[in-house]
Amino acid sequence: MLSLIINNVVIFAGIGGFLALLLVIADYFLANYGDCQIDINGKKKLTVKGGSSLLNSLAENNVFIPSACGGRGTCGLCKVKVKEGGGPLLPTERPYLDADELKNGVRLSCQVKVKEDIIISIPEALFSIRKFKGVVETIIDYTYDTKGLVIKLIEPAKIDFKAGQYIQLESKKYAKSKQVVSRAYSMANCPENNNVVELIIRRVPDGIMTTFVHDYLKKDDELYLTGPYGDFFIRDTDTDMIFVAGGSGMAPFKGIIEDLYKKESKQHIVYFFGARTTEDLFLVDEMKEYEKKMADFTFIPVISQPEKSPDWKGESGYIPPLLDKHIRDPKNTEGYLCGSPALIASTEKKMKELGIENVYYDSFG
Amino acid sequence: MDINPLVIFMAAIFTSNILLTNFLGMCSYLSVSKEIESSAGLGMAVFFVLTLTSAINYIVYHYILVPMDLIYLQYIIFIIVIAAFVQLTELIIERFSPVLYYTLGIFLPLITVNCAILGVSLFMIIRQYSFIQAVLYGAGSGIGWLLAILALAGIRNRLKEKYLPQGMNNAAISLIITGIMALAFIGFSGVAIIQ
Repeated sequence: MLSLIINNVVIFAGIGGFLALLLVIADYFLANYGDCQIDINGKKKLTVKGGSSLLNSLAENNVFIPSACGGRGTCGLCKVKVKEGGGPLLPTERPYLDADELKNGVRLSCQVKVKEDIIISIPEALFSIRKFKGVVETIIDYTYDTKGLVIKLIEPAKIDFKAGQYIQLESKKYAKSKQVVSRAYSMANCPENNNVVELIIRRVPDGIMTTFVHDYLKKDDELYLTGPYGDFFIRDTDTDMIFVAGGSGMAPFKGIIEDLYKKESKQHIVYFFGARTTEDLFLVDEMKEYEKKMADFTFIPVISQPEKSPDWKGESGYIPPLLDKHIRDPKNTEGYLCGSPALIASTEKKMKELGIENVYYDSFG
Repeated sequence: MDINPLVIFMAAIFTSNILLTNFLGMCSYLSVSKEIESSAGLGMAVFFVLTLTSAINYIVYHYILVPMDLIYLQYIIFIIVIAAFVQLTELIIERFSPVLYYTLGIFLPLITVNCAILGVSLFMIIRQYSFIQAVLYGAGSGIGWLLAILALAGIRNRLKEKYLPQGMNNAAISLIITGIMALAFIGFSGVAIIQ
């Protein structure tokens, strides 16, 4: 009996070991790309170990490319211009690139593997993106499914950014997820308060990051984040401005309005904030305060399901039909939108119909 | 079994096509047959894995498991051999054809659980093939699978521009086409009767 068991184990382990050895040898010869050089803008040269993605290779060398999905090829944000090397265009990249980008060699850095020397071009601003270590100072319950997070920065202690930009927050391993993920969140503080990062995070059912923030993150926990990223910030003009946000799309506007207040802006600003019911509304009192303190600022909360909030006295329904009466001169108005792809698509369509040419948005899609 | 290995090879491609007569390996066949290029890639990968695993599994079975009276280990051993060779195939494709590697996506590692691969290894044991017969049966089955998926991909490409009733797209029409193709392939068996 014992010899039978030993026979079984020896044969099984022997065959398994032989196959494993075969794979190790194959891996050594097939997956070994040696050291590769990444040339950035002809100014900076990095030597990295070949085989990893361009996004990760750059991040390991403190060059951070924005990527809302954390390198899974689903957000299409981590675009870089690859001038040489990088291999053929992959089918996973094609849906995120338009004709111009395809012609100019733009690629998704999370999908490009560094297997040879590569020459890339990225905006100079990305060099200023840093990795920050912070500590959770405050966790605020805005609604039943939305939390506010104030992270005090430790190293570096300050972040230079424009109101409306976003950061990438890194999760930690926790009971329900053994993987660390990175997700993009808009900063809700104004640039004057540059020693903290404020975020507004709405729970996504079974979302790795939002479950971590809502159920596991505590005060005084340490976190890592990178930033600032993005070009969703107000342009330096004197035009009228229409802001439209849905849910946690409140975040960039909270920072922008605080910033405009501190700069004593006299611009005509109307801010529509959409939610499903009154239970989903938050920061309403703070925004109403700005109405009193600022020269020409109007805050209009709108709920889409008034039947569930019988006591509601404000605007209800969808935001786009409400825009008409608040636009004075479409040619002299800019639109800023942040929220779900559906809200952005319908609002942008309406704004264009009304004659607003400059519409900027930050989509959750 | 005293059958000419070339007859087994040809039969594996046509009359006993592993996919169209045994209906093994259907899931990746249905899912990856939208484009001819990716179908050809997956078909080549299946051919490579089938040929090599039938050879290795033959040697392992007849020269290790049978002499040591451990035939009951055949399923688990066959599966680890297949898993290892699929990994090897992945490494090779990623190195030499990254486009194909990303096109095949999850279906490449899923060759491990492709029942056609295990089916071929088990059939060669049941039918008591010699080594040459087994290898040619594996290679023929691989070519047969490649032929079937290429034929379906070609037909589906033609169908893209045609009107199909709602609900008949994708899997439904593919299964109907597969049924018709299977009938056509069974028709090849008539060739054996003519001496």
